[in-house]
Amino acid sequence: MSSDASRLGFYLLLAPIMLWLVLLIILPHVGLFIVSISEKVGPREYEYGLGNYAAFFGEPLYWRTFARTAIMSILATALTLILGFPIAYYIAKLTKGRTKTTLFLMCMIPFWVSELVRTFGWMILLRETGVFSNLLQSLGLASGGVEMLYNDAAIMVGLVYTSILFMVVPLVTTLDSLDDSLIEAGYDLGANSSAIMREIVIPHAMPGIVSGCIVVFMLSLGNYLTPILLGGKDSLWFTGMIYTQFITRFNWELGAAFGFLLLGLSSLVVFVGLKLSGQSLSETMGRS
Amino acid sequence: MSNSTPDLSCSNLVKDFTDFRAVDGISFDVPKGSFFSILGPSGCGKTTLLRMIAGFQSPTSGDLRIKDTSMIGVPPNKRPVSMVFQHLALFPTMNIGDNVGFGLRQRGVGKKEIGKRVDEALERVGLPGVSKRRVDQLSGGQKQRVAIARCMVLEPDVLLLDEPLGALDLKLREHMKVELKALQAAFDTTFVYITHDQSEALVMSDNIAVMNHGRFEQIGTPHEVYHAPQTAFVAGFVGEANKLTAKVTATNGAMLSLVTEAGSEVQVSALSAGLAVGEKAQIFLRPEAIDLLPLGSEQAAGSNATEAVVETVLFNGANSTVSLRDTAGGVISAALPQTGALANLKKGDRLMTSWSAEQARCYAAGEV
Amino acid sequence: MMFDNFGKFGAVAFTATAIYTMPIAAGADTLRLLTWGGYAPEEVIAKFEAETGHTVEVTTSNNEEMIAKLRATNGGGFDLAQPSQDRITSAQEEFGIYKPIDMSRIEADLFIPSMLSATADNTTFDGEVYGLPHVWGTSGLVVNTAKAGDVTDYVDLCEASVAGKVSYRLKRPTLIGFAYSMGLDPFGAYGDADAYQEILDQVEAKLIDCKPNVKTYWGGGDEIKQLLRSGEVVASMAWDTGGWQLNADDADITFVAPEAGALGWIDTFVLPARGRADDAAYDWINFVMRPDIAAMITNTAGNFTAAVDGDAGVNADLKARYQGSFDQAAIDNIKWYPPVPAGLEALEGATLDRVNAAK
Repeated sequence: MSSDASRLGFYLLLAPIMLWLVLLIILPHVGLFIVSISEKVGPREYEYGLGNYAAFFGEPLYWRTFARTAIMSILATALTLILGFPIAYYIAKLTKGRTKTTLFLMCMIPFWVSELVRTFGWMILLRETGVFSNLLQSLGLASGGVEMLYNDAAIMVGLVYTSILFMVVPLVTTLDSLDDSLIEAGYDLGANSSAIMREIVIPHAMPGIVSGCIVVFMLSLGNYLTPILLGGKDSLWFTGMIYTQFITRFNWELGAAFGFLLLGLSSLVVFVGLKLSGQSLSETMGRS
Repeated sequence: MSNSTPDLSCSNLVKDFTDFRAVDGISFDVPKGSFFSILGPSGCGKTTLLRMIAGFQSPTSGDLRIKDTSMIGVPPNKRPVSMVFQHLALFPTMNIGDNVGFGLRQRGVGKKEIGKRVDEALERVGLPGVSKRRVDQLSGGQKQRVAIARCMVLEPDVLLLDEPLGALDLKLREHMKVELKALQAAFDTTFVYITHDQSEALVMSDNIAVMNHGRFEQIGTPHEVYHAPQTAFVAGFVGEANKLTAKVTATNGAMLSLVTEAGSEVQVSALSAGLAVGEKAQIFLRPEAIDLLPLGSEQAAGSNATEAVVETVLFNGANSTVSLRDTAGGVISAALPQTGALANLKKGDRLMTSWSAEQARCYAAGEV
Repeated sequence: MMFDNFGKFGAVAFTATAIYTMPIAAGADTLRLLTWGGYAPEEVIAKFEAETGHTVEVTTSNNEEMIAKLRATNGGGFDLAQPSQDRITSAQEEFGIYKPIDMSRIEADLFIPSMLSATADNTTFDGEVYGLPHVWGTSGLVVNTAKAGDVTDYVDLCEASVAGKVSYRLKRPTLIGFAYSMGLDPFGAYGDADAYQEILDQVEAKLIDCKPNVKTYWGGGDEIKQLLRSGEVVASMAWDTGGWQLNADDADITFVAPEAGALGWIDTFVLPARGRADDAAYDWINFVMRPDIAAMITNTAGNFTAAVDGDAGVNADLKARYQGSFDQAAIDNIKWYPPVPAGLEALEGATLDRVNAAK
């Protein structure tokens, strides 16, 4: 009797998470997968097959965009780490009390507005009639307007800016948990600053680095607005391609196949990243 | 020994922080190969002093020399000192071997050589073959020894220890005291040990400096510090003591006659207290200095004999004490030897207490 | 056991959802309108709600997203939509997302007869009419006449004189416009996939050649207006209304009907297949086609409607700009989009992809 009741309680507790999993994660993916293996043979006529996946590999534009998106996302992740680490280290280790809170807050403030607004902010700065261009002209460093938008570097700037918070937060958390005496012990044992960074700080921060990198990589890979708006006419990005297939081409089948390929790619990159850094997903996500 | 160069020498060392002075003009020498403890309550400045020696803080003024070389302006990674941190600060991301070999790696010692010296160091601290283990696989005492090995493998001139036993449980702490002393003797290296635990300092040290409010109250051997405290602070801080407040009624050379607040008359021999009749004084009396005698043995008792009633017996094996109320109403605590007839003492029993005038210490009141 | 529980829970959840989404009363409905920005101004909605008791929920969108949204729900979620007339029959053939119009419920004399019948012809599928005309307009060139006065046709965007200061969309109107400007007849080739592909190949080569001239491919109306206003772009393909809006701020910038012909579009009324408030939908159609309401919509959207006398109440400035851009010859030269045959978008898509990828 009582065991029945406790069992019911257990299932009631389990219900929300199972509902969430089944309704919002598993079912849509199953549906999408079925769409991705449907091939159109005529109006409202479909049959199953792997033609959509074959189309991806058959068309160089598709897999080149795919590779370009992956490589640029990895590059953006690396840049974010290089920029974010000193910021996080400064916040976590070299400031205290109010300065620390203020700096942390300043990192977060840009994220209180939407991504669109942030991206437009960059457009105002970088465009030909924008702030930087005018500044260069008034300083006499440029004779005419300088266009800094619509290239891969602009995309990179946008991606790094958009995701840096998601690198800084886990890094600050892990670096905060690094006992200062470990750093002092390093100095005491004769290490210089770079050896301490390499042998003590970075190994300690590894879970934070990896979880930050995973999040930033996913955000960059799945970003849609930033590459389109800042990249201009050369802004090939795989999510844009998925959007085009779904919305303007009415080709859900190919779009769904692209979606699954992207899912596969991100899983693969995360897996390889974890293996290379010797971290496990549970450790990484559990700690930060 | 005394005429050879000291391993560590501080002269008039001062450290000011924005709103207070943490270390206030300290001078001392630590002879080579000795175990030197700095004993003081928390907040007395001993940690600041140690961090200045290690190089994590720079003194406001004064000089600090190791093997007769001034360390002012020398960064911690260039000083011939190593430090065992309060929480040991073993690197959790490295295994034991890499922890111990860390310092050698920084010096650019070859890999093979490192392996050999790490194994040697671990063997000397009694932990052979643990190189491949992770830090969290070791017990508290083993970590302690690894932390020492990690420092000693570098053969420092001075090893600094920042209350490393604080985190251990009592039994292990007792054991480690002995072990640390033995390790120090084995390595024949100068140890500077800071602690707030007087028993650690007394057991291990060759010399103890008792520190309070940024100053050294007394430097001496454990025996001197315990038996001949130069200040009321030292008398109260080192070891157990009954503290009696009294007023001087008569002086006779070194011998003072006083009346305690409870009203008992006592005789104390105080050579240097410099007290005059009418002044208030504090008397420190060790529990083990009090003799317990059966009633009716007045003739056997020396000075300061009085009758008392047992209030409570605090049984603690060899460290048992008894709390007694004398006829005037004052309460003192005395050591209770667990031998002979006194082992069966219980509440309400009556007996004689007596202590000699030479065994109490007397200081002008207000010093503490 | 677990699945049992889920079954029950699922049933409960389903019932709850059904109750929540059931229409509340038969007389006064909620009209869920899927339309373009500017086609349902606040004042028009307020007037409609006061008159009929219905309430209106507006979702603004564009052709492709309208179709995608309706496809995702098999024609549910909205009671009235407004895609362009050329995108109705193919979407109906492929996805079956609309239902036929009941002509008996329309006050036909509110519509300009020629437009009503032309749209009916263009939106007939399996003998049923699916669309009614509402707002029409054109796309062509928006030019800063002071800086790029010599741009009078689509291909002029590729001239060296405007290098780096040109923009257009990477969408099908660009393909069509360039094709006409190159002396080809894309609409005439709609029925012949091979001939159409040949045209696309020529346009593709031209667009790839032209790519270095382009500053950026614009995506949204605000983006191209900003580019033109700042002077970073001096000539662009764009809608007529955008040009006229800019003209109000800067007299140099205006809409130019290209020599090859502006591309004419008509946005329609269609009933989504699973719409639930048909009464309200018909009420809305008959309401907004009234001349006074039509003029209100023209004044906010910037484009004229298919309503009889709908231009009477339109403000004089807009009329003047319209007449400045279109003389009678230009109006006669407008290329009206015919219905897009199913499958054509796939060919166009591949061409656009290749242009996008070209360096």
